Amino acid sequence: MNRRMILYMPLQIIKLQALIMLVPAAVSLFYHEKSGWSFVITAAGALLLSIAGTAIINPKNKTIYAKEGFVIVALTWLMMSILGAAPFVISGEIPHFVDALFESVSGFTTTGASILRDVEIMSRGMLFWRSLTHWLGGMGILVFVMAIVNLSDSPIHIMRAEMPGPIVGKLAPKAKKTAKILYIIYIAITAIEILFLKLGGMTMFDAVVHSLATAGTGGFGIKNTSIGGYSPYIQWVITVFMALFGINFNIYYLLIAGKIKSVLKSSEMWVYFGIMAGATALIAYNTSSLYDNISELIRHSAFQVSSIITTTGFSTTDFNLWPGFSKAILLLLMVCGACAGSTAGGLKVSRILILFKAMNREFNKMVHPRSVQVLRLEGKPLDENVINNCLTYFVLYCLINVVCIFLTSFDKFNLETSITATISCINNIGPAFGAAGPASNYADFSVFSKLVLSAGMLLGRLEIFPMLLAVAPATWIKK
Amino acid sequence: MNIIVAGCGKVGTAITKGLVKEGHDITVMDIQPKKVNDLINMLDVQGIYGNAADSDALAEAEVSKTDLFIAVTASDELNMLACLFARRMGASHTIARVRNTDYNDDSLSFIKQELHLSMSINPDYEAAQQLFNILKLPSAVQIDTFSNKNIEMVELKLKKDSVLDGMTLSDMRKKYKIPFLVCTVIRDGEIFIPDGNFTLKGLDRIGLVASPADLQKMLKSFSLMQKQARNIMILGGSRTSYYLAKKLSFIGNSVKIIDKDENRCREIASLLPSINVVTGDGTNQELLFEEGIRSMDAFIALTGTDEENILLSVFASSINVPKVITKVNSDELGKIAVNLGLDCIISPKKAVTDIVTRYARALHNTTGNNIETLYHIADDKAEALEFKAGADFSAKNIPLKHMKIKKNTLIAGIVRGRKTIIPSGDDCISPNDRVIVITAGHSFKDLSDILK
Repeated sequence: MNRRMILYMPLQIIKLQALIMLVPAAVSLFYHEKSGWSFVITAAGALLLSIAGTAIINPKNKTIYAKEGFVIVALTWLMMSILGAAPFVISGEIPHFVDALFESVSGFTTTGASILRDVEIMSRGMLFWRSLTHWLGGMGILVFVMAIVNLSDSPIHIMRAEMPGPIVGKLAPKAKKTAKILYIIYIAITAIEILFLKLGGMTMFDAVVHSLATAGTGGFGIKNTSIGGYSPYIQWVITVFMALFGINFNIYYLLIAGKIKSVLKSSEMWVYFGIMAGATALIAYNTSSLYDNISELIRHSAFQVSSIITTTGFSTTDFNLWPGFSKAILLLLMVCGACAGSTAGGLKVSRILILFKAMNREFNKMVHPRSVQVLRLEGKPLDENVINNCLTYFVLYCLINVVCIFLTSFDKFNLETSITATISCINNIGPAFGAAGPASNYADFSVFSKLVLSAGMLLGRLEIFPMLLAVAPATWIKK
Repeated sequence: MNIIVAGCGKVGTAITKGLVKEGHDITVMDIQPKKVNDLINMLDVQGIYGNAADSDALAEAEVSKTDLFIAVTASDELNMLACLFARRMGASHTIARVRNTDYNDDSLSFIKQELHLSMSINPDYEAAQQLFNILKLPSAVQIDTFSNKNIEMVELKLKKDSVLDGMTLSDMRKKYKIPFLVCTVIRDGEIFIPDGNFTLKGLDRIGLVASPADLQKMLKSFSLMQKQARNIMILGGSRTSYYLAKKLSFIGNSVKIIDKDENRCREIASLLPSINVVTGDGTNQELLFEEGIRSMDAFIALTGTDEENILLSVFASSINVPKVITKVNSDELGKIAVNLGLDCIISPKKAVTDIVTRYARALHNTTGNNIETLYHIADDKAEALEFKAGADFSAKNIPLKHMKIKKNTLIAGIVRGRKTIIPSGDDCISPNDRVIVITAGHSFKDLSDILK
């Protein structure tokens, strides 16, 4: 393990975060808010820390392997979250550090779970910062850095650790170019959404903030009713864009390259659309008595399904009041998540496809013990390592959910709240059921639960392995 | 540039490594997913599983947008077919590895023409050529030739009590009065591009540039001269052995090849009637003594296993065979071999990597002062390049001492017509000169790149 390098790289990346913090500072300045200073102070502190730190730990050997890649990503995200919390505390808008950390982690991991009882009293600079953390966390800050500079000789390790999904491939021969393509697509779709929202009569600030939060599949709203207060047109626009950000970005690249045939052959995309359509139909049928007319019924069902499966977490209606069957469907969608290679959380559709195929093969083996079967995904044979990795991931995923549920159940809430809040956080959704429903927030959770949930969010966003490696004793102790 | 490397074996990996360093966009192809994965994990490249001659796989690798397609799979025929398809599908240039001796005669030009190949590479042949050069001048550990052999660069290892120990380079030039230039010094694994005040020490490995005739004289005066090898024992009947034996026996040397495989021995014996071929296990020392290893001028280990080559070379050195050369393919084992005291190590993949790197660089350069030859010298720590100066070279006819040249860069030779100039500060570069440049830490594509 190259210990110097795993400290050096995160410290370097903090420099970029310091620069980015000047954006919300500018927003504050524009709206004549004093909170802008808290960003400038944090940025200055981060810059000092970074310059001093990188001067002290200047590694000679810059070679990194897969394990270092994992740890670098985990540590970067930890540092980023702590620094991201600083402006909330300094400005006094979220006075307690644990609350601020929860909000910051929730932002970067694109969860969108908030401890704010009344979001509408926050200054615009802070609201903008919350949404910007979603946007950065969605595609990944290291991937962002990668698009600008040559991060290391073998950047694929870092890219794999930060990008969600069982298989991370490159779109172009060089990682730098791949990262650039991804961010160009990301920026373009975000800009289109801003335009559509603006056409629907939103103010520029609202349009930008909501687009950033949709793009990262985050879900921080700026109204206490989330998207509920906006017009049906805006709700539909957000429904569609949430679904779009849940698609593997490779698909957009193929579209741009004119390879329509391969796009149409993507089984993961079709399964993803199929799940959404099915879930919307079932929920609409189940909740038909709650809404007056059919357009409202379809709109609310589709919005909630799109919001939950992409792990965004916006809401147009209090789905906590829905019947049990609909809530069960939403819970399944939370675990399922959207496509690999998108900005969404959850298990990912492709991983579920692999798990089902592997299960099927095992059953088949019981019947025909000598049969040889090679699993395929998207028309290509799957490497056995990928299948094993998926199975291990699934076991760890279940284990972490169970442990976190146990830990949060010490809190004063009923089991529905503990279970769904934990699942919601680990899968980076935000709202859950019970006391953590869309109409309420996480403010009443204990400090301990908030820390557990924050850890859960980071574990979920980075897909477990990086965080586990970062705290594994073998990483830090020489043997 | 967009480059596709088909085949991720030893040579494919070495070529890819070299090209990544040059900053190209590379896609690698192989039929074995594991090989592709290993390469993706090691280098910043994209990988595709598939047969190099499968048009679907080629289309997936976007061969139509490729500037250079390099086929180095295990099979010559597959390489040729892949290059033909790549060319038809829009690749601008193609390079195929062609190893089979049947193709490497007059039919090669026919193949190149019919398949529109830009170049064919043959690592075994290049290695044989390199060995042949070294055997002509056995005191050298490496010899590279430039400009149709008008100028040569040799690398020598100084002995501990060498006459050059403690001498500065300017003193050296005054004393010997032969036009030459010391361009690289490796001391304790570190490279120096020395100036006149540099003081040499024993055990340094130095790189010298001079004309071939002057080189002989110089080595004599350094008392480093070893007589040209006449009796040569080659262990292993590989293709490299075949090419080398053919060249050596052509100029009248006595060559003995030892190989385990009786069929292979018979094959070589029928192809090269003038050499001795012995069937037997080279690891058997009794056999080596019986075949007269003690009276050999040179022992060359060319079997397919690096470990066997290294061990038997150590053995040959221990019984004082004057010149021992070892073929080592793996970089890691190469380093171990150096630690074991073997100084003359050749690696077939390195020679072709140099050729491909040069070709890619020349393709990349569209201006007039193109690169003609490229060698990685001094343990890959420096490069020796030959450029042809064009009419538009900006620093033409300016004395070298007034030229502002980048750090760690040296103009080591100028060939004008048939005249070889080892330059001093008063010489200048004229159009149509061939200029030999030594550099560490830069990668030049054009002669003008050397200027600050």
